[in-house]
Amino acid sequence: MAEYEFELNGAATQVTAEPGTPMLWVLRDTLGLTGTKYGCGRALCGACTIHLEGQAVRACALPVEFAQGKRLRTIEGLEDERVGKAVVDAWIAGDVVQCGWCQPGQCMSAAALLAEVPQPDDAAIDAGMAGNLCRCGAYPRIRRAIHRAADALAQEGK
Amino acid sequence: MNLRHRLWISTGAALLAFGCSGDPEPQPAEPAPQQAPAPAEQAPEVDPFTTVARVLRHPRCLNCHPAGDRPRVGDDARIHPQNVQRGPENHGMPGLHCATCHQPANQPLAGVPGAPHWGLAPRSMAWEGLDDHALAEALKDRAKNGDRSLEQLLEHVSHDALVLWGWDPGPGREAVPVAHDAFVAAFRAWIEGGAASPPAKQ
Repeated sequence: MAEYEFELNGAATQVTAEPGTPMLWVLRDTLGLTGTKYGCGRALCGACTIHLEGQAVRACALPVEFAQGKRLRTIEGLEDERVGKAVVDAWIAGDVVQCGWCQPGQCMSAAALLAEVPQPDDAAIDAGMAGNLCRCGAYPRIRRAIHRAADALAQEGK
Repeated sequence: MNLRHRLWISTGAALLAFGCSGDPEPQPAEPAPQQAPAPAEQAPEVDPFTTVARVLRHPRCLNCHPAGDRPRVGDDARIHPQNVQRGPENHGMPGLHCATCHQPANQPLAGVPGAPHWGLAPRSMAWEGLDDHALAEALKDRAKNGDRSLEQLLEHVSHDALVLWGWDPGPGREAVPVAHDAFVAAFRAWIEGGAASPPAKQ
């Protein structure tokens, strides 16, 4: 076991874990943050997406030691920053969620995309969100919600 | 002195020694008649670039040197799932960068390969579909190879962490089947031999 320190949702956080432990299990089992979902465990579905230094990463393929000293954000802290708040608001306004399992990862990826591309077109959304699968097929609503969030952020900036 | 010369001289020396000690007839000054060549002589010498090209065409290398904007995965070089694309800086698209899944080291639990600065080679370094001639030309062309000299190329293939990953790709992937030392030796021999390009196919 080893000690690790990182910033999680704005708070300094310390955990004890075996090196190599996926961050997904540190979040869910050690820290009790179960908003980040386990989907495939092989970085194929995107359900466990979190932010590492502002970039979307799959928590199932991120060993805890790679979070050492870094800044992490999960769905529990997404609304604490401007783009994330716009995404969550757009998700609610658009009633995007069906079963909901993939949606934390969808929101995290959407926020990471909008942080890089403030006004993505449909092609940019499809490319940036391609690693987040939704078995309910909510893709059209997800795409509309991203446009809605982008428009809201643009209005804020005026 | 290469192996062929050494074998020729040692064979000649053995024949001379035999003639001096046992044959009563005077020997002609011309070389002794050819005997059946030793097995080592029968094996054709491998052009070092053949070894280099064999490595560069292996899926561990070629999968991320594609001709288009879609990387490939696996030993069968299938198109990367999840519609993964090159992106503006060869490291994926905004929202779905290579580092979204690929960390600086292999992740055996998830089965995801990783190495530092994981990403696609630039379009100018696309090797997919090139024959040996075109591959050698592309390697030497500083406009295509990242403005590297031959010595810098040798350094790159000797020590770059992403190159070395090809010999340690994690479970479920075949490592490059030529030892890294042999690959570097072949690369060096190709350079020291003049870095000639194999003939172009007609």
